[in-house]
Amino acid sequence: MTHTILLALAALIVVLTIASIFGWLPTFRIVPDDTHFDFTQFRRISFPISAVLSICAITLFFTHGLNFGIDFKGGTLMEVQTKSGPADIATMRTTLSNLGLGEVQLQQFGAPDNVLLRVAEQPGGDEAQQAAVQKVRGALGSNVEYRRVEVVGPRVSGELLAYGMLGLILAIVGILIYLWFRFEWQFALGAMVANVHDIVLTIGFMSISQVDFDLTSIAALLTILGYSLNDTVVIYDRIRELLRRYKKMPMPQLLNESINQTLSRSIITHLTVTLALLALLVFGGNAIHSFTAVMMFGVVLVGTYTSIFIAAPVLIYLGVGNHREDAAPLNAAKPAKKKSTEAAKADTTAKA
Amino acid sequence: MLYFTRWKALAIVATALLVCLCAVPNFFPEATVKTWPKWAQRHLVLGLDLQGGSHILLEVDAKSVKKDKLDQVRDETRRALRDARIGYTGLAIRGDAVEVRVKEPDLEKALAKLKELSQPLSGILGSTGARSVEISDAGGGLIRMNVPQAAISDRIRQSVDQSIQIVERRVNELGTVEPLIQRQGLDRILVQVPGLQDPTRLKEILGKTAKMDFRMVDPSVSPEQAAQGRAPPDDEVLMSAQEPKVPYVIKKEVLVSGADLTDAQPGFDQRTGEPIVSFKFNTSGARKFADATLKNVGTPFAIILDNEVISAPVIREPITGGSGQISGGFTVQQANDLAILLRAGALPAPLTIIEERTVGPGLGQDSIEKGERAAYVGSVLVIVFMLLTYRLFGVFANIAVAINVAMIFGVLSLLNATLTLPGIAGIVLTVGIAVDSNVLIYERIREELRAGRTAISAIDAGFKRALATILDSNITTFIAAAVLFYIGTGPVRGFAVTLGIGIITTVFTAFEVTRLIVAAWVRWKRPQTVPI
Repeated sequence: MTHTILLALAALIVVLTIASIFGWLPTFRIVPDDTHFDFTQFRRISFPISAVLSICAITLFFTHGLNFGIDFKGGTLMEVQTKSGPADIATMRTTLSNLGLGEVQLQQFGAPDNVLLRVAEQPGGDEAQQAAVQKVRGALGSNVEYRRVEVVGPRVSGELLAYGMLGLILAIVGILIYLWFRFEWQFALGAMVANVHDIVLTIGFMSISQVDFDLTSIAALLTILGYSLNDTVVIYDRIRELLRRYKKMPMPQLLNESINQTLSRSIITHLTVTLALLALLVFGGNAIHSFTAVMMFGVVLVGTYTSIFIAAPVLIYLGVGNHREDAAPLNAAKPAKKKSTEAAKADTTAKA
Repeated sequence: MLYFTRWKALAIVATALLVCLCAVPNFFPEATVKTWPKWAQRHLVLGLDLQGGSHILLEVDAKSVKKDKLDQVRDETRRALRDARIGYTGLAIRGDAVEVRVKEPDLEKALAKLKELSQPLSGILGSTGARSVEISDAGGGLIRMNVPQAAISDRIRQSVDQSIQIVERRVNELGTVEPLIQRQGLDRILVQVPGLQDPTRLKEILGKTAKMDFRMVDPSVSPEQAAQGRAPPDDEVLMSAQEPKVPYVIKKEVLVSGADLTDAQPGFDQRTGEPIVSFKFNTSGARKFADATLKNVGTPFAIILDNEVISAPVIREPITGGSGQISGGFTVQQANDLAILLRAGALPAPLTIIEERTVGPGLGQDSIEKGERAAYVGSVLVIVFMLLTYRLFGVFANIAVAINVAMIFGVLSLLNATLTLPGIAGIVLTVGIAVDSNVLIYERIREELRAGRTAISAIDAGFKRALATILDSNITTFIAAAVLFYIGTGPVRGFAVTLGIGIITTVFTAFEVTRLIVAAWVRWKRPQTVPI
C-alpha cells in the first residue's frame, strides 16, 4: 500500500520534472509582478492588533499559565498500550488513584489502546519518583506494554528549566549581536521587538492550547525565532540596499518598496515551510505533535506576519535612514546615536 | 558569478560527492559494514527514542560522601592520638568539622601529630593550595578539623571515577549491546542502554551500593532489648533483607568485607536445590574468615548487604577453604544479580537515579515509520511546489535539495551523530527552509529580468545579490541551532544537530551546487530568455 503511494508520488515528480525541462508548464506567479501594497500604512492597524494580542497573551500566561511538562515540573510520564483491546481509562484511573500518589492524569493518546499517564512530582526527593514508578508498574501489572517512561527528579527539572530559559536569552542576545555587526543598531532593535512579539504570541498560544511546555517547546520556540528572523533579515537586507540606492526616498515608501519587492519570496518560502510542517503535523505521529503544532503556529501564523507588519514598519520609529542626505548609509549608526532628539523629530515628520 | 574555473567546478563536485558517499554505510546491514575498513565504518546512530532503550542519569550522593569523609577524619584522629599516647575527650563530628579536646600541655604535640593527616589537594592544574583537612586551635585545648568543600568535591570526583568503572562492569554483565556510560558534570553519571525492554532490572542493579560485610551476630542481647536501647555500644540493629522484616543484633566489627572477594557465581544448593551464590575470598580474606569461624563455632554470623541482613547462618565448623556460599531465599534472578554485584564490586557511595527516560521498542519502531512517512510526504510536497513555481529552475532546485539531504546524512554519518525523531523533523524542516535559498536567488533573477537585464546578466546578478541575504538569514538560524545544541540533551540535541548541519549544507548546495548547474545550463544553451 505504502509502496504504491510512494511509486505514484515518484511518477508524479518524474512527469512534472520532464514537463518542466521541456517547458510545457505555464508560467506561474503567486504574487503579481507589479504589486504595490501599502504595508507601512497598514501599521496603524497591525500595531494596535499586535499590542492587543500581546497583552492577551501575557494575561493568559499569568491567568492560565503554561502547562509545564515533566521536563520542567518533575514527575513521571508514561505512555502505555493495553494488550487486549481499547484501554478502559475509567478503571485505570480508579486503580491508580488508590495508590496514594496524588493526582494521576490519564488521557487517550492517539490510538484507543494508547494511554498517556502523568504522575505529579512526589514529595521526598529523587528516590520517591522511582518508588512511584514502581507502584504504577505494580498496579498496571502485565496487561500493558510500556511504550515510554520518563521520570524527572526535582533537581534535574529545575536545572532544565534554568537551562531552557538561559538558552532562549542566549539565542536572542547572540542574534542581536550578530545583527548589530551586520546592520545598524536600529535594525537589531527592530528585530528584537519582532522577536519578543513572536515569543510572546507563541507563549500565549501554548497557554491557551495547554500543550506541554517542555524542552521540545524551547526547541520549537528557538526554531520559530530563527525562522522569523530569517524572514526579517531578508526584508532588512533589501531595506539596506534601497537605503544605499535611493538617498531621497521617504522612509515609509522605501519600506513599502522593500517589502513588496521581497513579497513573492516571503510567500513562496512561507508556503514551502508550511508544506513541510503540514507533513510533519499530519504524519509525524504523536511524539512530535505538540512540537510541530507550536512550530506551525509560530512559523505559519506569526513569523511572516511579524517580519512584514512589525519588524519592517517599526524601523520608522527607530529613526532608520533619517540622515541619508549628509551621511553614507553604512555609517549612519554613529551620527544617529548622537542626534536621537533629531531622530525623534524626524519620526514625527515621517508619520505626517 | 557564472564562470567557474575547471578546478573550482571539480572541487565543488568532489566535495558534494564525497560527503554524499559518507552516507553509504547506512544502507548496508551492520554486519556487512563491520567487514569494511575502519575509516568506512562511520554511520548514523539511531537515538534511544527511535531504537528504544533507557537513558538513566545517576548522581553520587554528596551527603553520604561527606559523611564518609568526616567519619574517616574522625577515625584517623582517634588512631593518631592513640598512637602518640595523647589523652583526649569529646571526639565527635560537629557540622562540617571533627572536634576533639586534649589537655593544654599536650596541645602542641597533638596539633603537630594531626597536621600529618592533612594533605595538599591537587587540582587539574597542579596544587591548588587547598588542603584535605584544615586544622585549627579553637582555644581551651579544643582542636577543630574542618573538611573544606574543595576536599569533599575532590572526594566526589574520585567517587564518580570509581563508580563509572563499577557501573560499567555491572551493565556489561547484563549482556547489553553498546551501552554508553559517561561522566556528566561533577557528580553525575549518564548511562544509556539501547534496546532494553524493561529497565527495572537495570535500575535495581545500578541502585545498589553492594557493600557486603561478614559480621558476627550478638546472641547475648535480644533484638527487643536492643530496640529498647539496651544494646552494647559495639552493636547495632539491622533488619533482614527478606520479607517479613526481622531484626538482628549485629556486632559493628567487620570480620571480612566484600572487598576481599575474588569471585562470585550463581548456582544451586546441592541438597535443597535452592538458588545460591557461591563466593571465593582472596588469601587475606580467606585467612581472616578462617580465624573468625574457628573462634566462633556454634554461634551465628551474618552476611550483610547494604545494611540489610541477607542471611545469618550458624557456624557449624571452621571454614578454612576460603570459599563459601550464601543462601538467602533467593529467586534465580536475585542470585544472578547478587553475583553480578559482588563481582563488580561495591560503589564508593550510593547512586541516586535523578532522571530516567525509557522508550520501548514498539514506540521506537512506530516513530521511525512515522518520521519516514512525514519526511517522504513533506519532500514530495515541496518538490512538486518548486516544479510548479519555477519549472526548469525548480528542477535545478530539487537536484540541489536532493544533494543537500544526502549531504546532511553524509555529515551526520561522518560525525557518528545520533538521529532522533526531532532530528528527522529537523531534516524535513530543512527541506522546507533549504529551498528558501533557491527562492531568494530565483526571485532576484526575476526582478533583474523585470529591470530589463539580459538573461545571462540577470542570472549573474541574481546569484551575486542574493548571496549576502542567504548568509545573513542562515547565520541567524544557525545561532539559534548552536544555542539549542548547547542547552539541549538527547532528542532535542539531535534536532539542533540536524538543523545546524542542514544550514551549512544548504548554503553550500544552494549557492555552489545550484550555481554550478545553472552555469552549465547557460554554457550549453546560451539562453536568450530565462524560463523562470
